[in-house]
Amino acid sequence: MRESAAARWARRGGLTLIAAFALFPLYVIVETSVKPLSDVNGAFRWLPSRVTFAPFVNMWSTIPLVHYFINSVIVSVIATVLAVLVAVFAGYAISRYGFAGRRVFSVTVLSTQMFPGIAFLLPLFLIYVNLQNVVGIKLYGSYTGLIITYLTFALPFSIWMLAGYFNSLPRQLEEAAMVDGATPLRALFRVVLPVAKPGIIAVAVFAFMTAWGEVLFASVLTTQSTRTLAIGLQEYSSQSLVYWNQLMAASIVVSLPVVAGFLGLQRYLVRGLTAGSVK
Amino acid sequence: MPEVTKARPPGAPPAAAAAGPRRRPRGTRWWQDRRILPYLLIAPAVLLELLVHIVPMIAGVVMSLFRLTVFTIHHWQSAPFAGLSNFALGLNPHGPIGSALWRSFGVTLGYAACVVAGSWLLGMVAAALLNVEFRARGWLRALFLVPYALPLYVAVIVWRFMFQQGTGAINAILARDLHLVSGSTFWLIGGNAFWAMTVTGIWRTWPFAFLILLAALQNIPGELHEAAAVDGASSWRRFRAITLPQLRGINLVLVLVLFLWTFNDFNTPYVLFGGTPPDSANVLSLYIYVNSFSNWNFGLGAAMSVLMLAFLLVISLVYIRAFRAGREADA
Repeated sequence: MRESAAARWARRGGLTLIAAFALFPLYVIVETSVKPLSDVNGAFRWLPSRVTFAPFVNMWSTIPLVHYFINSVIVSVIATVLAVLVAVFAGYAISRYGFAGRRVFSVTVLSTQMFPGIAFLLPLFLIYVNLQNVVGIKLYGSYTGLIITYLTFALPFSIWMLAGYFNSLPRQLEEAAMVDGATPLRALFRVVLPVAKPGIIAVAVFAFMTAWGEVLFASVLTTQSTRTLAIGLQEYSSQSLVYWNQLMAASIVVSLPVVAGFLGLQRYLVRGLTAGSVK
Repeated sequence: MPEVTKARPPGAPPAAAAAGPRRRPRGTRWWQDRRILPYLLIAPAVLLELLVHIVPMIAGVVMSLFRLTVFTIHHWQSAPFAGLSNFALGLNPHGPIGSALWRSFGVTLGYAACVVAGSWLLGMVAAALLNVEFRARGWLRALFLVPYALPLYVAVIVWRFMFQQGTGAINAILARDLHLVSGSTFWLIGGNAFWAMTVTGIWRTWPFAFLILLAALQNIPGELHEAAAVDGASSWRRFRAITLPQLRGINLVLVLVLFLWTFNDFNTPYVLFGGTPPDSANVLSLYIYVNSFSNWNFGLGAAMSVLMLAFLLVISLVYIRAFRAGREADA
């Protein structure tokens, strides 16, 4: 469709304003990360008085950043893989099988999405502390406890989305495989999952983002040795001063993997989100 | 979100699926039985949901009925039963705690309403403007999504940095460069804090609305628009008569999701203000957090959380009811 000149300029103007809003804080992050601390503590200036990469060097020694980074990677990766697996099973059951309790299960899982985190933070903490004495697996202050928590946080959305995605796939797929003698699980893994790739990638990205950035539960469930990035970054501010330039430098390093992953996979996200759930 | 419940009627699998296992030569193992397998498939999800969501939530409800403080928490088995007194304390508009809770409830509602409205509007405008092929389109779409992809802490701390009174970028631009406000304006304390929090919330949330709406726009068949354009309908008219009705379903879900997220938002105010937010930005999550962990009154905190959840449940139910009624009226 042809656009009139006025419409084109309105489009450009609107997009420029929105882009400025989206971009400005990102600019501040990058610009602050290459400023000397004296610049940061003075009045805001659009450009650094001199560009320095010292913050990118010093940030590793001001706080144990590598340590937090490794913690976050371990927790987020394992939680994401498990969340996808659990959600694939549950979403497939909802989509393909009629069983008693199916409706109750799906509605209950979905409604847990609205639980305020603050409402079950303390009970969950107490349950972990008491449960670990019973089962002998350390839950409070360990990777395990945090992984279980994050993996479950991702479930409601993941199950809902994957069930929708499976609904959009024809049943003949696995029926043909099963006629050929494949077991149901084989049919799921060999035939259905390859076709459901966009949905699975979308779910994985959201699960990873949740685990990578979560603040509230990490602040209560971790100890110094298991602290994740989202909590660790706060240590750039001490009582007397905040190393804003190092904090922003670290923020860039911490954000790069997720932002790159998110943008790289965005076409899957859109396809995954629109397939079944969004109708 | 009614989609799951409206999905596919349970049972009635096509004939081939039912026939599949029977045709297998070696016979079916017990766990591959159609009656058992679905339960095995959902078992991990059920266990995890019970452990992390359901049981703690029930425990929270139970806790709200006891006088649980820092003194009784270590012997929580023998904490004194409090009945509904925690709820009475929290809801009493004449007491200091109750009146603060009501105030906090108002702040939370205002915050959620502004962020949902702002995010939807911005997302809708951006999606509509980008729903045309042009050169910079891919770049702009990627740029718009970045704030949402950033880790939460990073996305909020940069606003805290910019909203500082003396050295922040916001005052430097609005006061020093543009002379729109006084250079001594405080953004992180007092009444302005509400707007600082709202802007931060919108900046972080709107890309999600944008992502969903852009995907939905691309699903609208182009012929609809072309036919209307041939008939001489203006683009605003086409937007109102074609686009909005086509987006109705997705909009209803999107608004509910955004509302639930924002209403429960703890991170934005916590990272912006720390544990002592100004009154204007003291949202429920933070107020409850402070009451539970700084004042060590866990029973009261639990009662407030239960009230918060009850409100969300009621709102969601009413909303979904209205949504269904609207759908049936359309049909």
